[in-house]
Amino acid sequence: MSVAQTPTAVGDDAARRAAAHLVAGLPPAPAVWCSGLRKRYGRQVAVEDVSLEVGRGEILGLLGPNGAGKTSVIKMLLSLVQPDAGEVLLLGRPATDPAARAAVGYLPELFRYQPWLSAAEVLALHVRLSGIDVTAQEQRDCLDLVGLADRAKDRVGGFSKGMQQRLGLAVALVARPELVVLDEPTSALDPLGRADVRDIVLALKAQGVAVLLNSHLIGEVERVCDRVVILDRGRVAASGTLAELLGLRELRLHLTDVSPEAQARLEATGKAEREGDWVTVALPADDVGTAVPDLVADLVSLGARVHAVEPGRITLEERLLGILREGAEARAEGGQ
Amino acid sequence: MTTARTVLTIAALTLREASRRRVLLALAVLTLLLLALSAWGFSRLAAESGGSALTSGEARLTASILLNLVMFGFSLIAALGTAFLAGPTLAGETESGIALAVLARPIRRSAFLLGKWLGLVTFGSGFVVLAGLAQCLVVRATADYWPPDPATALALLAAQTAALLTLAVLLSTAISPMASGVVAVGLFGTTWVAGVVGGVGESLGNDSVARVGAVSRMLLPTDGLWQGAMHAFQDPSVFATFGGSDVAAFPFLSEAPLTATYLAWAAVWVAMVWGLAAASFVRKDL
Repeated sequence: MSVAQTPTAVGDDAARRAAAHLVAGLPPAPAVWCSGLRKRYGRQVAVEDVSLEVGRGEILGLLGPNGAGKTSVIKMLLSLVQPDAGEVLLLGRPATDPAARAAVGYLPELFRYQPWLSAAEVLALHVRLSGIDVTAQEQRDCLDLVGLADRAKDRVGGFSKGMQQRLGLAVALVARPELVVLDEPTSALDPLGRADVRDIVLALKAQGVAVLLNSHLIGEVERVCDRVVILDRGRVAASGTLAELLGLRELRLHLTDVSPEAQARLEATGKAEREGDWVTVALPADDVGTAVPDLVADLVSLGARVHAVEPGRITLEERLLGILREGAEARAEGGQ
Repeated sequence: MTTARTVLTIAALTLREASRRRVLLALAVLTLLLLALSAWGFSRLAAESGGSALTSGEARLTASILLNLVMFGFSLIAALGTAFLAGPTLAGETESGIALAVLARPIRRSAFLLGKWLGLVTFGSGFVVLAGLAQCLVVRATADYWPPDPATALALLAAQTAALLTLAVLLSTAISPMASGVVAVGLFGTTWVAGVVGGVGESLGNDSVARVGAVSRMLLPTDGLWQGAMHAFQDPSVFATFGGSDVAAFPFLSEAPLTATYLAWAAVWVAMVWGLAAASFVRKDL
């Protein structure tokens, strides 16, 4: 600056530098942060008080039955749908500012691209709109990554659904995103394509890119996600790391002569379900390896005859169904 | 991404869509057909007046009327073309999901809408100006008639197209692609008929009937701009030939040039309707 600075201006400058230094020292803001999202369509509540967070380089799975509000939540995060209430920050910026989406890649559930453009032209359009400088070679590499290198010059109108979804994945990845939102990314893909998507998602994680993955395929989520949020009827029914959600191990026991005291002992361990002579007991998450021998010893001393003891592990699918059924039962009771 | 860059990118994309979807080709074929037909008609007219069946004044009057008639054909093609282009390109994209991936980019929705509008206006106006100019040249070659103020006339035709297109854009942010095209063209036809009815009222000296035209020209300025364009295409001597207020009753002649106030109103109208379209599109859930 050519003008001599006044003492106050110097003071302001120093304060600004100190603030910048302080901010630079902070850990980066989460890739996605949203709080209290709510959306109604007419009288139908689509999303009710949803809050979630996706850390940098983290893969978050969004699970839930049809109509649970997963796609609505995703569209609100990207400002494609205006929330009735709630707040969204993308990569540390309020989502109401379009610039917040500069480093966000998105593959919509309804993937359609300009049918009169070629695959390479669609990518070039998205690069231009993103305002990021991506070389032609990088764009070709991106098409290659999704297996469309030899169809780059073909019109999208002639693509199969699976190829359009692959193109959508390339569009989501092309502008060097820090956050990728994939809404049902494998709905039109064959098993080979699904494996490709899984590899791509894991490669993104390795590069430190955050991924928000909405998928019906529980196995897919279980394999790649660090954390899972389960939505049911527009609300967060459960959330946590896979270890937290699946840490619950269970034990199957074949028992006869179960006295009321033995039954009480079973229920004291965890949720017990009876099917004839077989009892399934959920083991506490903080078990250090003593729960099973202690339980068996106590059951025997209480007069029960133990025929078989089988360890079991709850799958994400069972956990998901359990959570959804509990929700339905709670609603039914509430209704009565 | 700066707003200007977004607007230009989307406008260029819209023009590319028009050419790739063969809209350009269809329009070119229609235009050539209309030009050829009119060339034949005008050459017949020249042959008739050459044989002194018509006085020079009558010949100029007939040329003026025919020129306006053909120009009306062009403006109708432009109206239909752009109205049915605006629907699919905007409402169709939001319906099919193409808009989802595009609008998730760091761009403002209003910039996207402005880009679409600009592309459509460039396309529609470009068509009427080029086709209109070609028609004027055909008339000059065949009937030796050159309109008094072709530049103003063509600019007003372009403005008419832009006005209708803005309405079509507003409609396509609110209703389905098919309905938006139908309603826009329907309103265009209705104001034209109302303008003709108003003209008849004027020539009969019936103020309440004349008001029909005046009111419709305020509500949708396409017919008002069209009247101005006709006035600039036709020979000034037609009044002497036709005689006074009878001109008003004739649908393909115009009595008076446009006032600056009306032009200003048309500009305000376009800005207002665009503003409404933007307000509706920005709030739309995709």
